[in-house]
Amino acid sequence: MTDYKPIKIAIASGKGGTGKTLVATNLFHSFISKDIQASLVDCDAEAPNAKLFFEWKLEKTFEVTQQVPIIDESLCTYCGKCHDYCHYSAIFILPSAKVIKVIEDLCHGCGACTVACKFGAITEKAMPLGEVMRYSLSGKNALIESRMKTGAYSPAAVIKAGIKEAGNGQMVIMDAPPGTSCPFIQTVDRADFVVLVTEPTPFGLSDLRQSVETLKGMKKPCGIIVNRAGLGNHSLYEYLEKEHISLLMEIPFNRDIARTYAHGGKLKDLDPSWEDRFLALFEIIILKNGNSHNKR
Amino acid sequence: MEIAIISGKGGTGKSSISAAFATLSEKVVLADCDVDAANLFILFDPVHEEEESFVGGEKAVIDRDLCTNCGLCIPYCAFDAISFSSEGVIISETACDGCHLCKRICPHQAIRMIENKESRLYAGSFRNGRMVYGRLAPGEENSGKLVNQVREKARKLSKASGLETIIIDGPPGIGCPVISSITGVDQVVIVTEPSLSGLYDLQRAAEISGSFGILTRVIINKYDLDEDLSQQIEAWCKENQLDIAGRIPFDPAVVEAMVNCKSITEWAPESETAKVLSTAYKLIKHAS
Repeated sequence: MTDYKPIKIAIASGKGGTGKTLVATNLFHSFISKDIQASLVDCDAEAPNAKLFFEWKLEKTFEVTQQVPIIDESLCTYCGKCHDYCHYSAIFILPSAKVIKVIEDLCHGCGACTVACKFGAITEKAMPLGEVMRYSLSGKNALIESRMKTGAYSPAAVIKAGIKEAGNGQMVIMDAPPGTSCPFIQTVDRADFVVLVTEPTPFGLSDLRQSVETLKGMKKPCGIIVNRAGLGNHSLYEYLEKEHISLLMEIPFNRDIARTYAHGGKLKDLDPSWEDRFLALFEIIILKNGNSHNKR
Repeated sequence: MEIAIISGKGGTGKSSISAAFATLSEKVVLADCDVDAANLFILFDPVHEEEESFVGGEKAVIDRDLCTNCGLCIPYCAFDAISFSSEGVIISETACDGCHLCKRICPHQAIRMIENKESRLYAGSFRNGRMVYGRLAPGEENSGKLVNQVREKARKLSKASGLETIIIDGPPGIGCPVISSITGVDQVVIVTEPSLSGLYDLQRAAEISGSFGILTRVIINKYDLDEDLSQQIEAWCKENQLDIAGRIPFDPAVVEAMVNCKSITEWAPESETAKVLSTAYKLIKHAS
């Protein structure tokens, strides 16, 4: 199995708490036990939890920053051009009172104000947005965690930095953030295949629909895993059939699975057959991705 | 009075609990601020009375007829969204942050901005009051702004209708939309569940509401799925002086209620879940 062309698989869901991390970590555990070289990137930068499921050693950590302006008031003429250029309302100016302030929390680091200033009054400094941590696990496998600083305007930059850290030379599993907004897009944009994890409830179906539509727009291939199967109703399955979306796997609802997951355990400890089921899932993804015989 | 229900971790039961609070007794204004995955409208089938469009981000696009492929814009882009390709200079729609800088510096006026107007805000009535919710278009960034717009609308409806209680169903996570959802509220309720992830995300969410100095209470949902972890959560809350407003057992009726488009308190008012939520709501309402 180790000679498949490396691909990037994003594990995503519209609704939070459907079991993305459950799927991502168990798939990764199966890779580890079969010596498939892979990285798991925890892209859920607002609530990264994947590392709770592994024994790890911190290998390195680096800060992700953006530039924010510093205004030298001795050079500033209060002309207001920087304020006009700023599309994020991050520069507050009162020319009559000679007041100018940068609201760092609103700044996106685009550099427009620096370009706007003709008086050399604006320089830039780095402001932390979050961190990327690289943890080594057994063998050559790595867990990479993108972690947004509390209250940062967007986790997108830390997510991108985490995915970049994983590189292209091996299998990459990405545990995506919930929703279909920018952080989700930043994650799945880099994926070859997207696994959407949902649950058979009205909320699960409504959010799944939105994710499927978004991925269609991006022309990303996807498949579905139904978690907590047995709860809820049948509408989800009718939707999958109608839209010809492949059902990759079902994970039943039971208290043992919930408890194992709650403690950071793996499904194969509960029932060894889960390892093969996750490897079979991987095989299906490889087939669907159309490179099953594309050996290196 | 504004009460925000948040969770850090998704899927802990935030929306089901918000729905219960919104249908327990008095009429309320319900604000679904999980604009990325709004769900409460499914349960409440509100009558839309107002619809507003929300201009989220903008995206830069190149006019091929005017672009000379000089590449001047490329180094200016802080988001690495512009590159050379076989078709010439291109801007990645997903990477573009909409800052306008490339448009401003292009000597050939070959770049223009297009607004994304797909996001919507809806306001109307539901069976126990008024309701506002936002729906963010895919890929949109400014969900904090849409949350603010939803909350502003909710306050207006509250004033106009005399319904004093606003229940805010917040988004998961700890980012900008969460902060927008809890700024200035009277009370925050964090919903957690007994898992290591639940505890860990509770800690991050509590850190945020604590930093705003907002009275914060915790509800442990599905507490009996793992009583050891529930005890760990309780111990952590005690240590950090967070009041537990309720312990809800795992109850398949919560999903049954959802399937039948009802809140759990409407569907099974005599269930333990409904009783715990009713007590919790009284506590939240009267001890702020």
